[in-house]
Amino acid sequence: MSSDIDPTAGPILTARGLVKRYGHVTALDGADFDLLPGEVLAVIGDNGAGKSTLIKILTGAEQPDAGQITLDGAPVRFRNPLDARRHGIETVYQDLAVAPALDIASNLFLGREVRRRGPLGTVLRMLDKPRMRTESARHMAELRIGLRSLTQPVENLSGGQRQGVAVARAAAWGNHVLVMDEPTAALGVKESGQVLDLIRRIRDRGLPVVLISHNMPHVFEIADRIHIQRLGRRVGVVKPGDYSMAEVVSVMTGAMTLDYGEAHQPLVVDQAAASAVGIGPRGEATAPGDEG
Amino acid sequence: MSTTTVAAPDTVTQGPEAAPLWRRLLSVSTLEPLAALVLASVFFAIRTDTFFTPGNFSLIIQQVMVVGTLAIGQTLIILTAGIDLSNGAIMAFGTIVMTKLAVGGSVPPALAILIGILVCAGFGLANGLLVTRISLPPFIVTLGMLNIAFALTHIYSNEQTVSNLPRLLTVLGETFTVGATDVTYGSIVTIALFLIFAYVLGQTGWGRHVYATGNNPEAARLTGIATKRVLLSVYTVAGVIYGIAGLLLVARTSVGDPQAGQTDNLDSITAVVLGGTSLFGGRGAVLGTLIGALIVGIFRNGLQLMGVASIYQTLITGILVILAVTVDKLSRRGNR
Ligand SMILES: Nc1ncnc2c1ncn2[C@@H]1O[C@H](COP(=O)(O)OP(=O)(O)O)[C@@H](O)[C@H]1O
Ligand SMILES: [Mg+2]
Repeated sequence: MSSDIDPTAGPILTARGLVKRYGHVTALDGADFDLLPGEVLAVIGDNGAGKSTLIKILTGAEQPDAGQITLDGAPVRFRNPLDARRHGIETVYQDLAVAPALDIASNLFLGREVRRRGPLGTVLRMLDKPRMRTESARHMAELRIGLRSLTQPVENLSGGQRQGVAVARAAAWGNHVLVMDEPTAALGVKESGQVLDLIRRIRDRGLPVVLISHNMPHVFEIADRIHIQRLGRRVGVVKPGDYSMAEVVSVMTGAMTLDYGEAHQPLVVDQAAASAVGIGPRGEATAPGDEG
Repeated sequence: MSTTTVAAPDTVTQGPEAAPLWRRLLSVSTLEPLAALVLASVFFAIRTDTFFTPGNFSLIIQQVMVVGTLAIGQTLIILTAGIDLSNGAIMAFGTIVMTKLAVGGSVPPALAILIGILVCAGFGLANGLLVTRISLPPFIVTLGMLNIAFALTHIYSNEQTVSNLPRLLTVLGETFTVGATDVTYGSIVTIALFLIFAYVLGQTGWGRHVYATGNNPEAARLTGIATKRVLLSVYTVAGVIYGIAGLLLVARTSVGDPQAGQTDNLDSITAVVLGGTSLFGGRGAVLGTLIGALIVGIFRNGLQLMGVASIYQTLITGILVILAVTVDKLSRRGNR
């Protein structure tokens, strides 16, 4: 269920030059992406920057109009979410995580139901509900998600518990990459903290996590690196310790451009993309007006 | 349990637990209709002398057999957040196909029945294709299909009732006696269908996928469920069920009647809704529908025994439906 962290290994999941258009709207305009082993990579950006689209393409929910994706260094194409999941990429989609009327165990096993052994399963196609419940309970306990009963409908849970179920499902099946789109957006302070703890535990078990979030304190608290998305492109990747929250927000909103001087060398950078967004040659971040 | 949990701190992780069997068979949404059924029965038993007799029960069962069977297909479709206005008309066309083929003598009765059921399945498939391929609303698709099937029934039958049927087409209307009650073979078929679909919906992966597709189609799709294929199969299976309902109708009336089934679409929706299945999809149970169909049958029958004119029966059924939908809506408010 977990991959080993190997710092010498190359990126797990990469994308180069992703383009996605919806009619006249260009959601992605040559976006790059790199996820390293064992890290939490936060993806941030303004509304409409293309975060969700990027994640949908990386997880097979949408097809890019152009661009390449590699997994473990090998080119891949995901035709649908199932395809990506077969490669061990699991996703918690924004607002679309669960079937609220179904119980927790059904949700954990949704689309992957286990049938009984023998003719009950093969002929009568009977589900092995006891086994799915047992495995759900074991898994929820492993992730230390406390729940009174696994047979209650998910809609009876609090927002944090519900998100916990969605994250647990992804963690249960993902053996390569876990992707989460705004997992704390609808949650209160305490519940957000609990989900962040859960993400940390999953990372510590060796599964790299891609986390999309609007919430800068959350991002700075949990991310190992921050991918900044703007106008359909990646405009930079930074480590939380190297830049202040204000600087990162300025880059995200376009008030400031990241620069690639030695002091703040990002871990992964596509020079073509960098120059295309006007990243300056000087050793510090510059506001566009200051240039020239 | 000393470290952080996602749940509130006072909750504990427990092992798997199963609700008691009776609780699982009768979900919460089934208990309320069952209570209504019992109350209505008690009411009519007190108010009339003849309600609580074996003969009357046998009659009620026969009266709800056809609509009850149609309502199984309706339940499947409503669970996917759809609706089927065409089921009565599809069934009527199926009965004309079966009876005309069989009476002409050119087609063996068994084959005529099979063709009739397949024709109904074809209508269901057509509904499903229009809903999934062109993404038309089920309401509109089945409204159109209602008119098509209705017209075809009258064209093909020449407005003539088909009678003098071979015995195979009416054998399900024959009875055997249990205690003092006459039971038709057809009602056994209906009960068997209810049990089969209670199993399929509750105990198989396909059943889970039907619920998930109706409850949150996008989430279902993203977990890898082929939601369009689920929908297509639901509409097609419903068509097969309508064909069987057609055979039951023929057996009960001993004729192929082009005028049959004209209000059965609404009656089947009534049975589903009274049975506690949500029109918003994803919640409900087919055994609830059986209870819903019985509630409709008992109200019709009981009011009739009390001498209430049939138009008032319709009035009361209408009020019951609106009550049931209101309860559904109000009870979902907190969850949606
Ligand atoms: N299915 C879609 N149809 C049309 N436009 C879309 C669709 N999905 C996203 N977009 C557009 O693409 C742009 C990027 O959207 P999105 O990826 O959701 O951004 P983010 O998640 O960063 O807010 C937005 O302008 C959005 O309106
Ligand atoms: Mg988004």
